[in-house]
Amino acid sequence: MPLNLQNVTFTYMKGTPFEKTALSDVSLQIEKGEFVAVIGHTGSGKSTLVQHLSGLLHPDKGSVTVDGVNLNAKNAAAKKARNSVGMVFQYPEHQIFAETVYEDIAFGPRNKGLGPDEVDRAVRDAMAFVGLDFDSFAKRSPFRLSGGQMRRVAIAGVIAMEPDYLILDEPSAGLDPRSRDAVFKEVMALYKKRGIAVILVTHNMEEAARYASRLLVISGGQVILDGVPHDIFTNHKDELLAASMDVPPVYKLADCLNAHGLPVERTPELAALEKQILELRRAKHAD
Amino acid sequence: MLTDITLGQYYPGNSVIHKLDPRAKIIATLLFIAAIFFADSLLSYGVLALFVAVVIGLSRLPVLMVLRSVKPLWIIIVLTLFIHAFTGEGKDVLYQYSFLRLTTEGIIMGIKMSLRLVFLLLISSILTFTTSPIVLTDGIEALLRPFKCIGVPAHELAMMMTIALRFIPTLIEETDRIIKAQTARGADFDSGSLLQRAKNMLPILVPLFISAFRRADELAIAMEARCYRGGEGRTRMHELAYKAKDFIALAIIILLIAVLAVMRWGLGL
Ligand SMILES: Nc1ncnc2c1ncn2[C@@H]1O[C@H](COP(=O)(O)OP(=O)(O)O)[C@@H](O)[C@H]1O
Ligand SMILES: [Mg+2]
Repeated sequence: MPLNLQNVTFTYMKGTPFEKTALSDVSLQIEKGEFVAVIGHTGSGKSTLVQHLSGLLHPDKGSVTVDGVNLNAKNAAAKKARNSVGMVFQYPEHQIFAETVYEDIAFGPRNKGLGPDEVDRAVRDAMAFVGLDFDSFAKRSPFRLSGGQMRRVAIAGVIAMEPDYLILDEPSAGLDPRSRDAVFKEVMALYKKRGIAVILVTHNMEEAARYASRLLVISGGQVILDGVPHDIFTNHKDELLAASMDVPPVYKLADCLNAHGLPVERTPELAALEKQILELRRAKHAD
Repeated sequence: MLTDITLGQYYPGNSVIHKLDPRAKIIATLLFIAAIFFADSLLSYGVLALFVAVVIGLSRLPVLMVLRSVKPLWIIIVLTLFIHAFTGEGKDVLYQYSFLRLTTEGIIMGIKMSLRLVFLLLISSILTFTTSPIVLTDGIEALLRPFKCIGVPAHELAMMMTIALRFIPTLIEETDRIIKAQTARGADFDSGSLLQRAKNMLPILVPLFISAFRRADELAIAMEARCYRGGEGRTRMHELAYKAKDFIALAIIILLIAVLAVMRWGLGL
């Protein structure tokens, strides 16, 4: 059941002097069950790419399909296909509008045409996923919550649509480290439980390295690298640097230690690296 | 798409029109608008069109972009054409349906009226295309300053305009984003009864207002933090100064008005 992008080209403000080609001839396929991280420099076209994946922008050339259904068609099947792709925008709390947390999260499921019981279940599930206690939050005004809590309400509003493909465009921008970790843990839990595809746009390499099973590197409106994060961070450092990006700090640290003669293996987990170093020290003391 | 709107945007350049003093440009624009109402015969409309074409040429703006500034109001322009065409007084009836009468005189009147609108839009967008918002409001402030003694808050008005102009593109972008976000949540904006459609707009309007208020709040704090306290005793970095070309420009506009006046009342063209 793949999400498919075929030779997609897209230009903003076509026919004006401000014309800007944000995607050129991009083709890719995302299967259910994948966790794809999309990284790239600011302005490289990440947001444009994911807005095509969710059918919000129409390609100038090429096509976007979910299970063979064209997302940009005007029929019921296309609408259903679009609803199967959930999209969490950058600063999603800016889309909150309802009087209560419950009503805001219920907006999507109701638009999908679910009955009251199903809506209720979807809202409760979504709130549980993002760690908002139903009894204490459901009836509160979303505008009286903290920034981190508002973001969770907004993310719950998308999760409640129960998408097969969940796209998150820099979901951690502007959050403190703890809320950031919490958001990723929740997304990860959802990913594991529902077996959906997650497409995560970020310019934080560390997030990409830790969570993703596949990494897309975008530069100048094209996918320049597509593969397993560990492999890209190990074998394609030069391409990353050329596209104004870098490998995650833990990889750098491992390289640094290697350069100093400490034989550690490169890993995306700081804890794993720490363990290796401690092992080395123990071995040395044992000598 | 919403973000395709070009009205009120500055298009940087180096042309003689760009370099005119903003006060001269504003006065010239106002005079040109007055000149539009001097035009009567089709020939004088031709003179106006020629003038606009020359100004566009001098400004070296992309012609297509300038012409597109008419687009947001095309409905009103077409409506003007039709209303005049069907309600004009005239003897040469081409077609009649109950009280609606299509007359040759009406059609000509409609063309003239919609041409006036088009010229008005073109010349004012040339003003905003060739003048950055900051310079433009500097000009407005300078022109309003003499009226301060009768209580016109020149500086405050200019500041409000600067801010409003500055935030138009931001709000358009924001609207676009919110529409997309709610669309992604399955919102449907163009079906249902009129009341239902109005209700469907709520998920866009509420976040938009909230964000506008938030921005206003942040801006006020940022301005206060930099000790903004109104126009009293404020000096400016760029003092405006008239140059020879500004007087030439104004002279040309006055000449245009004179030509149109002579054509209308002197020669009866
Ligand atoms: N609404 C828009 N109108 C015009 N240009 C845009 C618009 N949105 C994005 N762009 C341009 O398209 C390019 C890609 O933007 P985007 O996809 O937002 O990049 P990213 O998300 O990677 O930062 C950028 O150069 C940006 O300036
Ligand atoms: Mg982006």
